[in-house]
Amino acid sequence: MARLRHILFKLKEWGAGTGFLLPSVAGVLLFFIIPFLMLIQMSFQKSATNSDFAGIENYKTVLTNEAFQTACGNTALFTAVTVPAAILISLLLALVLNTQLPGKSTFRSFLLTPMMVPVASIVLIWQVFFSYNGVLNGWTYQLFGLDRIDWMKDDNGQVLIMLLFLWKNLGLNIILFLSALNNIPQEVIESSLMDGCGAVRRFFSIRLYYLGPTIFFVGIMSLINSFKIFREVYLLTGNYPYGKLYTLQHFMNNKFTHLDYTQLSVAAVILSLAMMVIVGVLFFIESRIDTGVEE
Amino acid sequence: MDNDIREERRKQAVLARHHIYVKTEESQSYVSSLSPAERIKFMSDARAANALILKKRRRRSLAFKIFGVAFLSIAALIAILPIFFTFLNSFMSSTEIKSNYGVIYESLPGGSEEASRYIDKMPQLQLIPQQVSLDQYSELLLKTPSYLFKYWNSILLTVPIVLGQLMVACTASYSFMRYRRKRREILFFFYIILMLMPFQVTLVPNYIMSDRLNILNTPWSIILPGVFSTFSIYILTKYMRRIPKSYIEAAIIDGAGEWQIFTKVVMPNCKAPVAAMAILLFIDYWNMVEQPLVMLQDETMQPLSVFLSKVNVEDIGIAFAACALYMIPPLLIFLRGEDKLVEGISQSGIK
Repeated sequence: MARLRHILFKLKEWGAGTGFLLPSVAGVLLFFIIPFLMLIQMSFQKSATNSDFAGIENYKTVLTNEAFQTACGNTALFTAVTVPAAILISLLLALVLNTQLPGKSTFRSFLLTPMMVPVASIVLIWQVFFSYNGVLNGWTYQLFGLDRIDWMKDDNGQVLIMLLFLWKNLGLNIILFLSALNNIPQEVIESSLMDGCGAVRRFFSIRLYYLGPTIFFVGIMSLINSFKIFREVYLLTGNYPYGKLYTLQHFMNNKFTHLDYTQLSVAAVILSLAMMVIVGVLFFIESRIDTGVEE
Repeated sequence: MDNDIREERRKQAVLARHHIYVKTEESQSYVSSLSPAERIKFMSDARAANALILKKRRRRSLAFKIFGVAFLSIAALIAILPIFFTFLNSFMSSTEIKSNYGVIYESLPGGSEEASRYIDKMPQLQLIPQQVSLDQYSELLLKTPSYLFKYWNSILLTVPIVLGQLMVACTASYSFMRYRRKRREILFFFYIILMLMPFQVTLVPNYIMSDRLNILNTPWSIILPGVFSTFSIYILTKYMRRIPKSYIEAAIIDGAGEWQIFTKVVMPNCKAPVAAMAILLFIDYWNMVEQPLVMLQDETMQPLSVFLSKVNVEDIGIAFAACALYMIPPLLIFLRGEDKLVEGISQSGIK
């Protein structure tokens, strides 16, 4: 009898815990896992309707596809530049915001505002500034007599998109860094001041040590967001942008409109593998330089 | 005499026993070795040197303050200026906008095949309208019903996703907090990986499943995958794991069931991160472009975030007002919830 009650208790506990998890697991299975498995299977098929085994033929077609290569190259370049830049600039702003300055909270609110604004409503003013007959070109022409640059059609166009990305995404990073800076134990800072530690030394020897995990997290968040840059490019230049602005999402959208299931699934599998490798490397680096900061 | 000495020694012995009296030598320092006149000079010298250091430090901190404020002002200006422009320009009359910015749209490239047309004219950037009018708004709200439909589409997509995802995420992260055994930890790790996957990967499975379930081209194909997205589960679980175990143990001893622990103990402690997540999710989905482009072929169902770029080219007269109106809900939420957002994010100890 006691044993039965014990089993019943265990069952109830398990049921309660799993019951809470059930909606989420069911949804994730339905919309992510099961279709992903179907997709892996599809990536080895000859076509969506013909289920003959095709081996790695599909992978070859996608990997040698020129559009896919440019898209990957552009996205990789974009990520490699913007993620470190986002970390550095937001860290700098957070450090300045963390000192005793008048009107600190007002500045913080201003700096956080861009994060709230939808890209779609800011694209218009961005075009006013940066299009070929835009304000920026007018200024540089009038002031320095420089030639006008067609930002949307130039190799420099990527710089413009990077700036737009930084403008939009610094806010969240600043919040994260500010909270981490506030969490540094004050005794450590004070004792370093007593020992005559300057601001630069204090940053590199103490703050950086405590900021380590946050820098990692901010890097991951920026990485995720840098893959969403398609929005800006699409709203600025439409479905077929200039070569340097062609992102992975453009490639995928193109395949979606043609309903090319096999190529889509191959691209998704390759991207997910690449993503796992990147994140795995990042986690590995983090565990290597793990500073042992207490939670 | 003998008696006196004895008395003295007894006193000392008593004091020593009580550890009260310890005889120390008078300390000798550089200052006390000086004569009074020298001492005064030494002290005044030291005071002057200190004052100099303090002055220098004050000057340096003032310089730093000025530099910092200037730096932040520039950054804040860059951050706020585009928003400001959009709002102010939305009060211009349509003809004024056309005369100021028409040049830009005449030369705007449509795609990669179409080259920009070279027009030798400069646009005029104007911050303050020459004459304030609500033309754009009245035109937009009264004469362009398609705009209002798109606005309604945006709301119809965003609100269910935010509410649904928060409900699913709260229960799931409660489970991840309460039971930490091996299998569940593996599942949690899997959720983290899923959270990190970009749209380019997750859209394909979502599309395939929506196709199978026959919900393609309906709002459900965006709402359902959005509801089960795992981003907020990660953040909320991180936060819930910091709630002291003793709260939950006390509730169990008082005879609370799981549901009661969840609603009466855990959720009241999670107000800040839930609010922060609600704000973050709202912005993210209010801003979405990728999902509607793929899932909704029918243009009448697409939200405003996709449609705004098309409004621009067709009719710039009302574009600024449309942009401004689309910005208002997130900005209002931000004004109300900025403190909650900052508090929730900094409390969840994201690491």
